[in-house]
Amino acid sequence: MLTGIATLTVLALAFGLGLGWAGIRLRVRADPVAERIDALLPQTQCGQCDFSGCRPYAEAIAKTEADINQCPPGGAAGIRALADLLGCQAKPLNPDNGEEKPKTLVVIDEQHCIGCTLCIQACPVDAIVGASKLMHTVIESECTGCNLCLPPCPVDCIDVLEIATGISQWRSPRPLALAAAQ
Amino acid sequence: MNYTDPIQVARDAGKHTHHFHGGLRLRHNKRISCGIPVERPALPEILAVPLLQHLGGDVAEPLVKAGDRVLKGQQIGRCEPCPVVHAPTSGTVEAVEDRLMTHITGMTGPCVVIRPDGKEQWVELEPISDVQNASPDTLINQLQECGLVGLGGAVFPTHIKALDGREKRIHTLILNGAECEPYISCDEMLMREQPDKIVLGARILRRALGAERVVIAIEDQMGAVREALTYAADCAECKSVKVVKVTKIYPEGGERQLIQVLTGLEVPFGGRPTDLGLLVQNVATAAAFAEAVTEGKPLIERYVTVTGNGISQPRNLLALIGTPFSHLVKACGGYTEDVARLVVGGPLMGYPVSSDATPMVKAANCILALTQRDIAAPQAEMPCIRCGECSRACPATLLPQQLHLQIKHGLWDEATEYGLTACIECGCCDIVCPSHIPLVDWFRYGKGELRQRAAEAQASDLARKRFEAREARLLRTKQERAEDMALRKQMLKDKATREGRAKKTNGDPADA
Amino acid sequence: MRSFQTSGAPHMPPQITVAKVMLLVLLALLPGVLAYAWFFGPGILIQILLATGFALLFEALSLRMRGRSLKPFINDYSAVVTAVLFALSIPPLAPWWISLIAMLFAIGFAKHLYGGLGLNVFNPAMVGYAVVLISFPQVMTAWLPPLALAENSLGLYDSLLVIFTGQVPLAGGWDAITQATPLDTLKTGVESGRMVSEIRQSPLFGDFGGKGWEWIANWFALGGLFLLYKRVISWQVPVAVIGSVILLSLPFWLADPDGNPLPMQHVFSGALVLAAFFIATDPVSGCVSNKGRLIFGAGVGIITLLIRRWGGYPDGVAFAVLLMNMAAPLIDRYTRPRMYGERVK
Repeated sequence: MLTGIATLTVLALAFGLGLGWAGIRLRVRADPVAERIDALLPQTQCGQCDFSGCRPYAEAIAKTEADINQCPPGGAAGIRALADLLGCQAKPLNPDNGEEKPKTLVVIDEQHCIGCTLCIQACPVDAIVGASKLMHTVIESECTGCNLCLPPCPVDCIDVLEIATGISQWRSPRPLALAAAQ
Repeated sequence: MNYTDPIQVARDAGKHTHHFHGGLRLRHNKRISCGIPVERPALPEILAVPLLQHLGGDVAEPLVKAGDRVLKGQQIGRCEPCPVVHAPTSGTVEAVEDRLMTHITGMTGPCVVIRPDGKEQWVELEPISDVQNASPDTLINQLQECGLVGLGGAVFPTHIKALDGREKRIHTLILNGAECEPYISCDEMLMREQPDKIVLGARILRRALGAERVVIAIEDQMGAVREALTYAADCAECKSVKVVKVTKIYPEGGERQLIQVLTGLEVPFGGRPTDLGLLVQNVATAAAFAEAVTEGKPLIERYVTVTGNGISQPRNLLALIGTPFSHLVKACGGYTEDVARLVVGGPLMGYPVSSDATPMVKAANCILALTQRDIAAPQAEMPCIRCGECSRACPATLLPQQLHLQIKHGLWDEATEYGLTACIECGCCDIVCPSHIPLVDWFRYGKGELRQRAAEAQASDLARKRFEAREARLLRTKQERAEDMALRKQMLKDKATREGRAKKTNGDPADA
Repeated sequence: MRSFQTSGAPHMPPQITVAKVMLLVLLALLPGVLAYAWFFGPGILIQILLATGFALLFEALSLRMRGRSLKPFINDYSAVVTAVLFALSIPPLAPWWISLIAMLFAIGFAKHLYGGLGLNVFNPAMVGYAVVLISFPQVMTAWLPPLALAENSLGLYDSLLVIFTGQVPLAGGWDAITQATPLDTLKTGVESGRMVSEIRQSPLFGDFGGKGWEWIANWFALGGLFLLYKRVISWQVPVAVIGSVILLSLPFWLADPDGNPLPMQHVFSGALVLAAFFIATDPVSGCVSNKGRLIFGAGVGIITLLIRRWGGYPDGVAFAVLLMNMAAPLIDRYTRPRMYGERVK
């Protein structure tokens, strides 16, 4: 009886110490959840999720204030990645937020631009340069395709462009599924 | 530990030969196209010269427009820092428009279309007059001006490679004559017919690079070539040039595999041969360089093997860049009845084309016409049985079966860790697979996906940074404005009190 | 101008197929099977046919249920290989329903529930064998003595009769025709305190292993060498299995030759050679890298020896293979070969 109690006590102490030591030594310094969610979002900053940008949306998801299916640019793949990270079920994109479309770019028709700076103020990533009463232009490599600059433009001089698909952009397609398994 | 500097070891390149992992012994099928001496075919009716003929970088800007008359060797396209594109013959520019490119999808790209006048009138060429005393910079500049690219098939701009080599202070230039893919024999014919040019080009290139020696690697089955090259390299100034025979095993003509065979060293993961003090160039590039320096002649034609069971009389031709493949095939007696596929390059790494109207490019070392019998699979694709033949054959020592699963299931981090980017797409795994899984198709897809992901990650990082910077700036302006307002309010208040007080003091006497 | 179909490189079809690989394995098993029939009568041939029939039946049923096309998978002979390897592991006069149950588990459960060809975690033949060995131990230990020693041997008709009806045509029934295997004799003998040299006096034993058994092992080894030559299997697994058995049993034998059998006897007894060349080399459930295959093979050898020495079964090859199957993915994870140009850490 006594030996039993003694053994168990010693064992409990030993394991407790071991666990305590492991808890200190092997601590995983995980990123805060919002940071990891933010890393999965496409950073288009388009606001279609009803938040002002990707980061605020990520924080809302982390606080479970927003659902994971509100990001049209991320699309089905993005929702799957979020579901994997958060350990929940993937679901179809919420149609209220928009639909999944290929990424686009905008260009300003420089002939018609009146230099009102409204688009500059609307751009979430400062990808439009120009000054008041002077022509504006879009820095192509920095445009995320959010299209937030379209509504404010008073003269409709901003065009949406498909991203070029020439030989240099061509990617090898995914091979077809196993024929014999069909 | 006995540590030896890899660069020291690399200095002995070619002294002994070594092995690389895996590889295949294939029927080489080269003899069928080696019988007849190389000739130029008749001028075609029309030539379409693509403006993108090198790896990486931009499409060259056209320097001519429809209706212009061009001379043979005239510059028709250039951009910095890419190799210049030249007119292959004299004639009239018919159009600058999109034409078929050497691409699996049959995509089009910008070409200068020239109708030859048959006069073959040369532009005034600018050779380097005093080769012995020309500075390396002049020589390397000539590489770009004459449009030289790696003629082994990769078409990397030679001058960029050379500049990198000079910067890294390479000690050995390796000329790759190990043409390891079956059917292709254009380098072998070039080495047989123009060994002097190759040796001369090698010597000038060595000087331009500041290297100490040149090793020309040829395959052991090329008997006549060895004699020809050794004879050409038998001169007082050729002491630095050495011809080395390597055992024929595919893909030893791959840059990294050839280095391993010649030195026993491996190019560091993610590094370049220049990290070992080595630089590899194709023998045809060296010959073209000799012409560029001594005659000023730009790269407007190359040796090309037209071969395969789908060709009536397989042989090698000296073809102008821009010639449609159909014209070259006609010069070889046309197709046989059962031709089924047309490939630019060899059967293992060549690019299939959808039409023989595709024009000749600098990359095309072989036009291979295959019959259904050559390509028919004996069985449909089956699931992987993990037999491991693919990893046994892989010259990059990868585990293709694992990579295949990782790509299939989208495990991109794992695929990167297992070295997907190190795959050289040689096709060995594909050929030995008993389940007939199109492994190389998977790897091409996976590599494209990885590149795309990296680009997207970079773009989204940039967007995130810019968004955060903007948010911070907006916040700052707001705060500043608020502070400003507060300050102003305070000032107004102060002013008011001051004025009030002043009034008071002023008014006091009145009150009093 | 002429148009062509395009398809990615390489433009050269593979010369070997899954079916060809499996046929080579079957061909390599042939000498061992013939030797088996020579030494122990025609029972084994009946068992092979039975097991093959059931295996193909369950393969077809499973494929149909999973909605896959039958032709490519029936024609790949993988089910036949499973059936033959299983038939070689059971007593030659085991009743017909043993094969039925074992093949149901081997093909239906171990193979198709895991996703079919290429995706099974465990070696199907060994799963089938383990299931019937545990469920019907008495039937599974009724072995025949070699024909040379048998007082009563059964012909083809009699064997059929025994397998399908269970009626033994001879007076004395089962006891008249079955006998303990050499491994079993050895194990019970040593446990009851007799010396190995004394046990080996029994006519059941030959030069190394059991009489007859050792010759079958030789023929299997010959088939194995053929597979090595054909590059269907790699040398790492058989060398590791046999090597580990010899190395591990050697100190025991040196320390106490009376209580422990000669290392060579371990090799030539039971299913060890068959396992080393044909069962542990199954690529699907084994390891991929060369180093991994060495570890896998050594594990099979060591566990077999542990079971033979201290376990409850006279032979432990099946369990050893199944246990190592479980460890294979982990071994693969830690034995990834160094890539070209990768620095050694």
